[in-house]
Amino acid sequence: MSEALHVHPGTTALPDVHHDEHHHAHHKETFISKYVFSMDHKTIGKQFLITGIVWAIIGGLFSVLFRLQLGYPDQSFPILETVFGKGAKGGQITPEFYYALVTMHGTVLVFFVLTAGLSGTFANLLIPLQIGARDMASPMLNMLSYWFFFLASIVMLSSLFIQTGPAAGGWTMYPPLSALRQAGDGSKLGTDLWLVSMALFIVSSLLGGLNYISTILNLRTKGMSMTRLPLPIWAMFFTAVLGVLSFPVLLSGAILLLFDRNLGTSFFLSDIVVNGEILPNEGGSAILFQHLFWFLGHPEVYIILLPAMGMVSEILSVNSRKPIFGYMAMLGSLFAICILAFLVWAHHMFVTGLNPFLGSVFVLLTLLIAVPSAIKVFNWLTTLWRGNIRFTPATLFAVGFVSLFISGGLTGIFLGNSTIDIHLHDTMFVVAHFHIVMGVASFFGMFAGVYHWFPKMFGRYLNSTLGYIHFWVTMIGAYLIFWPMHYQGLAGTPRRYLDKRGWSSFNGFPELDKMITIVSIIVFAVQLMFVFNFFYSIFKGRKVTNPNPWGANTLEWTTPIQPGHGNWEGEIPEVYRWPYDYAKDGRDFIPQTEPVGENESKH
Amino acid sequence: MGTVSMETKKRMHPHKFTLWVAIGSLLMMFAGLTSAFIVKSNQVSWKPVALPNIFWVSTAVIVISSITIQLALRSFKQREMSKYRTLVATTLVLGIAFIILQWMGFNALWDQKITFKGAGAGQFLYVIFGLHALHVIGGIIALLVMFIKAFMGSTKTYSSVPIEVAATYWHFVDLLWIYLVVFFLIVGA
Repeated sequence: MSEALHVHPGTTALPDVHHDEHHHAHHKETFISKYVFSMDHKTIGKQFLITGIVWAIIGGLFSVLFRLQLGYPDQSFPILETVFGKGAKGGQITPEFYYALVTMHGTVLVFFVLTAGLSGTFANLLIPLQIGARDMASPMLNMLSYWFFFLASIVMLSSLFIQTGPAAGGWTMYPPLSALRQAGDGSKLGTDLWLVSMALFIVSSLLGGLNYISTILNLRTKGMSMTRLPLPIWAMFFTAVLGVLSFPVLLSGAILLLFDRNLGTSFFLSDIVVNGEILPNEGGSAILFQHLFWFLGHPEVYIILLPAMGMVSEILSVNSRKPIFGYMAMLGSLFAICILAFLVWAHHMFVTGLNPFLGSVFVLLTLLIAVPSAIKVFNWLTTLWRGNIRFTPATLFAVGFVSLFISGGLTGIFLGNSTIDIHLHDTMFVVAHFHIVMGVASFFGMFAGVYHWFPKMFGRYLNSTLGYIHFWVTMIGAYLIFWPMHYQGLAGTPRRYLDKRGWSSFNGFPELDKMITIVSIIVFAVQLMFVFNFFYSIFKGRKVTNPNPWGANTLEWTTPIQPGHGNWEGEIPEVYRWPYDYAKDGRDFIPQTEPVGENESKH
Repeated sequence: MGTVSMETKKRMHPHKFTLWVAIGSLLMMFAGLTSAFIVKSNQVSWKPVALPNIFWVSTAVIVISSITIQLALRSFKQREMSKYRTLVATTLVLGIAFIILQWMGFNALWDQKITFKGAGAGQFLYVIFGLHALHVIGGIIALLVMFIKAFMGSTKTYSSVPIEVAATYWHFVDLLWIYLVVFFLIVGA
C-alpha cells in the first residue's frame, strides 16, 4: 500500500480511490521497501533506468565487438576469444556467433533499453509528477511491471551463458530459422529462452501501459484538463496505447512459435528439408509470423520514438524560453502517428511476395507518416526560432534529436517506396536508416531526458562539461558511423554479412568499414564516460538548491527537491493554465499553478 | 472523507477503467490468433474441425456462472452477505467445472486423432481454447481470493469495486468464449 495519500477538499477532482489505501504517513521505510520492492513511481522509474543502462552497456558492447571483426575481417583479436570463448575461436568471430551477437544486440536495444529503459523510466517518473498525482493508479501493478521486466532480463541474460549460445535468428525471430532446432545452435535452447523472456517482457510492458493510461485519464489534479497536459504526458499516453494494443499480438505469435518448436504443430512450417531430411510439417505459413510480428514491430518503432518526441518538445520549449509552437498541432500529429503506426506494418514485407496492389496501399499509408512527422519537425524548429536559447546538455541532445530525426526520416521516404525497396531491402541502407531515426534519435531523446530531469531524480546535477563532451562526440560519431552506411547500401552491400571479402560486387569499402569501427569504439567509450558521470553525480554531483532549477512551468518542479512518496508535502497544487507560458507579458515564465491574472493576455 | 467522495465527480473508478483497457489488450491477442486462423485456413492441407458436443455443456456452464456472479454482485450491494457468499461459491464451482469440461473436450478431440501433428483447425483450437482457459483460471483465482476474504476478513469492506471488477472480468471471459465458439462454428467448419 502506498503511504501518505492525503485527500483534501482542494483535490476533489481526484476520485475517491484512496479509500482503501491506509494512512501511514510517517511509517518507517525499510531498505527493502524503499529501494527494492518499492511502490513509489519515482523509485520504479530509477530502477528501470539503471537496469536499462546495464543492458545498454551489454548491447552496445556486442556491437563494438562485432564491429571490430567487420572492420578488420582478416585479423584475429585475442580479446574476442577471451570474451566469447568458442564463439570466437582463435580470436575470430564465427559466422554463427555473429548472428547470435546481432540478434542479441537488436533484442536488447530495441526492447530492453529503448522500450523498458526509456518509456519505463520516464513514464514512471513524469506521469504522476507532471499531472499532479501522488502515485500511479495502481502502485502494486507498477511494481510488478518492473519485476516482470527484471525476470525477463534474467532469463535473457542467462541465455548468453548457455552452451549452445543465445538466439541467433535475428531480433525478428522469423521462422523457419527460429522454429527448427536443427537450423543451428542459436535455434536450440537459446530461442526458447528468448521466447520466454519476451513473454515476460510483454507482461511487464502491458502492466506498465495499463497503469500509465489509467493514471493519465483518471488521476489528474484539479484544473489539469487534457489540453493542459505537458507534451511528454501526451506522448507517454499514446506510447502506452500503442503498447497495450500491439504487444498482445506479438505474444500470440510467440505462443504459436513455442508450439511449433516444442509440440510439433505446423503454424509457420511447411515443406522443409533440412540436411536431406524431409520434415513432416505442412500447411504452415512463415509469412503469417511476419504479419503477427510486424503488427507489433511497427508500432514498436513509435513506442520507442514517441516518448523521446514528447520530452524533446518539453525541453526545447523550456530551454528556448518560448512557448511550444503549435501545441494542438503537436497533439494532432502524435495522434495521427499513433493511428498510422497500426496501418503500415507490411512495409517491412514488400519483398516477401506481398501482392503489389496491397503493397501500393501500404506505400501510400507509409508516406503519409511524413505529414505528421514534418509538422513536428516544423514545430520544434519554430519553437527554437529566435528563442533565448540556453545550451544546456539537455538542450543540445534535444536539438541533436531533431537533426537525427530529419536525416533518418528522409531516408525513410526511400525505403517506404516498394519499388525502391526492391533495390534497397536487406542492404546497409536499411541499417543506416533505422539506426539513425529510431536508435540514435531515441537515445538522444533519452539522454536529453536524463540530463534535464536528473536534478529531480537525485537532487544533484550531472556534470555539464562531461555532458558537452558526451554530446559532441556522440553527435559527430553517430553521423560518421551511419552516414557512410547509406552509400554502402546504395552500392548493394547487404546487411548481416560478417566477411565481405569474397564478393567482388560489394567488397570495395574496406577502409570505410575500418573508419566506422574506429569511430564506434570512440563513441562507445564516451557512453561509458556518461555512465561514470551518471553514477558519480548520484553521490557526488553538485547539489540542487533551487527547487525549480530550469525555471520551468510544469508541476514536477513544485515538489520538494527530493520528494518523498506522495510527491507533495501538503495539498496537491491546482492548475490554472497550460504549461508553456514562457516569455509572456514580460515575464520569463509563469508556472501552471499561478491563477490567470485579470489583465493577462491570452496565449 | 465522506464529503470528499460526495463532491467527487461521477467518474469511473481507476481500477475498473484499468480493467477495460486490459480487456481491450486481451481482445487484441485473441484477434491476432483468430486472424492467424483465417489466414491459415486458406493454405493447403487445412483440415476443419467439428466441435465435440461437450463444449456445448461448457458453454452452458459458463453462461450460468455469468448469471450467478451478477446475482452475487447484486446481493453484495444489498448487503445480503450470506447470499453473496453462496453465489460466489456457486460461481467458483461452475468456473472449476468449466475448466474440467474443457479438459474433457480436449481429450475427446485427441481421441478423434486431432493432435498437434499435421495442419488444421485442431491445432488452433488447442492453443486458443487453452489460452481462454488460462484466463478463466485467472478469474477463478481472483474469485477464490475474494471468497476467502468474505469469510476471513477482519475488516469489513463496503466498497463494491473489487467484486464489480471481478464480475466484469468474468462476463468478459464468458463473452469471449461465446465469440470463440461462434468463430469456430462459422470459420472452422
